[in-house]
Amino acid sequence: MLTDITLGQYFPGNSLLHRMDARVKIVLLFFYIVGIFLFDNSWCYLLNTLLAFLLVGVSRISPRVVLKAIKPLWWILLLTFIIQLFSVPGEVLMKVWIFDLTYEGLEKGFFISLRLILLIGVSSLLMFTTSPLMLTDALEALFKPLKRVGFPAHELAMMMTIALRFIPTLMEETDKIIKAQKSRGSDIGEGNLITKAKSMIPILVPLFISAFRRADELAMAMEARSYRGGEGRTRMKAMRMHKSDGWAIGSMAVYLAVCGAVYWLL
Amino acid sequence: MSIEVKKISYIYMPKSPYERLALDDVAITIPEGKITAIAGHTGSGKSTLIQHLNGLISPSQGCVLVDGVDISGKGKEAREARRSVGMVFQYPEHQLFEETVEQDIAFGPKNYGLTSEEVQERVRFAMDFVQLDYEEYSQRSPFQLSGGQMRRVAIAGVVALRPKYLVLDEPTAGLDPKGREELMQRILKLHRQEKNTIVLVSHSMDDIARFADNVVIMNRGRVLMEGTPREVFVREDFIRQAGLEVPQITNIVKALKSGGMDIPSDIYTMDEAVEAIVRAMRGKNRAGGAERC
Repeated sequence: MLTDITLGQYFPGNSLLHRMDARVKIVLLFFYIVGIFLFDNSWCYLLNTLLAFLLVGVSRISPRVVLKAIKPLWWILLLTFIIQLFSVPGEVLMKVWIFDLTYEGLEKGFFISLRLILLIGVSSLLMFTTSPLMLTDALEALFKPLKRVGFPAHELAMMMTIALRFIPTLMEETDKIIKAQKSRGSDIGEGNLITKAKSMIPILVPLFISAFRRADELAMAMEARSYRGGEGRTRMKAMRMHKSDGWAIGSMAVYLAVCGAVYWLL
Repeated sequence: MSIEVKKISYIYMPKSPYERLALDDVAITIPEGKITAIAGHTGSGKSTLIQHLNGLISPSQGCVLVDGVDISGKGKEAREARRSVGMVFQYPEHQLFEETVEQDIAFGPKNYGLTSEEVQERVRFAMDFVQLDYEEYSQRSPFQLSGGQMRRVAIAGVVALRPKYLVLDEPTAGLDPKGREELMQRILKLHRQEKNTIVLVSHSMDDIARFADNVVIMNRGRVLMEGTPREVFVREDFIRQAGLEVPQITNIVKALKSGGMDIPSDIYTMDEAVEAIVRAMRGKNRAGGAERC
């Protein structure tokens, strides 16, 4: 059934990472990524990898799930690795046709791949530990300063929230419409491409009509409750930073300082 | 022949955190040529049950036989059996999609591979059933009609299939009292005229008392009671347990009885009540008259 699909990548939980303020998580992730790119010697990579493992441990998300998030990247990783192998000049280890496989290339390819893995792994950890709603709220809060230059932070966040809210509803609706048309003898998803496409019309037309009707009703209901954009709007669940968020920010600062020191000294 | 639901169980979203037993060992028989009502609280498994009747959902356990044929099969016979059960969902007007009323009603019959003359005839028959004038409405867009008219077009789209078994999931939901009454009368007329079998999912105990030959009361995925309305309504405690109520008129009659009127308490329709009250009043007058003499 269509409704069997679980939405988003959020895994509910109560770990330290789950309880952290989403805004802090996003900002710290940003700094972590900057750190990866800035301090690119092998000692710093070791530190970065250790921190990534530590974060996975703290989140209580199964490492297998994190690996799964990295898996789609496999081909890109392989490609970058191979390109690096042969394109960096240096001590030649092997000759393949007209290409030179160098020691420096091997090293660089390994670290670039590692950098990508860390990037995706730790970012996916943010998705796994933060509910989509908290994420959009945090993005809105972070983009708020950009409002001065006309960036519609609140509107974008509200649109994302509404879209997320309606995906399960519309999936249920689709399921119902498919069943109704099947009951009228329509063979959905059978036959060649053209008949397949044609059999989608009896599903898509009612679905779009229903989506527009719902949008219309929602707009009316929101206006009836005096919704008029983000100006002066307060939240039921105000985002509040806790002590642990302070600790996280402090730890990140210390960590980056250590990385910097290691990078400049070694 | 009949529809036989043989001990089916259905597990919703198995092997996930949301796993739930939606139907638990349900065994009912829907006799041919009768009106069978299915009642139950929201989430009692009514909708899941009726979707098994034409194979939209396959049971996790057990099987459904339509006229003795197991409908889960892939063969032509099983398909014919599935097609002999017509299904009108809740708010069926949400599935309209064609440009004209005629084309939308013809969608089902065309899918069944009928000739264009037959399709034409079916459309006229179905529109006549829902009391939409062919000349006036057949070329209109269904989206220009009123809500009640759209509902009628959608029901006509299923009636045009001339199903031997017609399943309706709360067909009167959201209609005004006049619309409800009209629709119920049309369904009753179709039933008498075509001699087909009707399965009616309904919340209205008044409708069930008036129209149904058989009632199935569902509660938490199980069949709580099955029988004629009279047999079922007598067990008021069971009805309440399933989160339902006896017909309104029954409560009124009970109030009259406790107020001193000599009236039987097993009255479930308005007609019965009128008759009984008249009889009670006459009896009282006669008794009063005798006293005076």
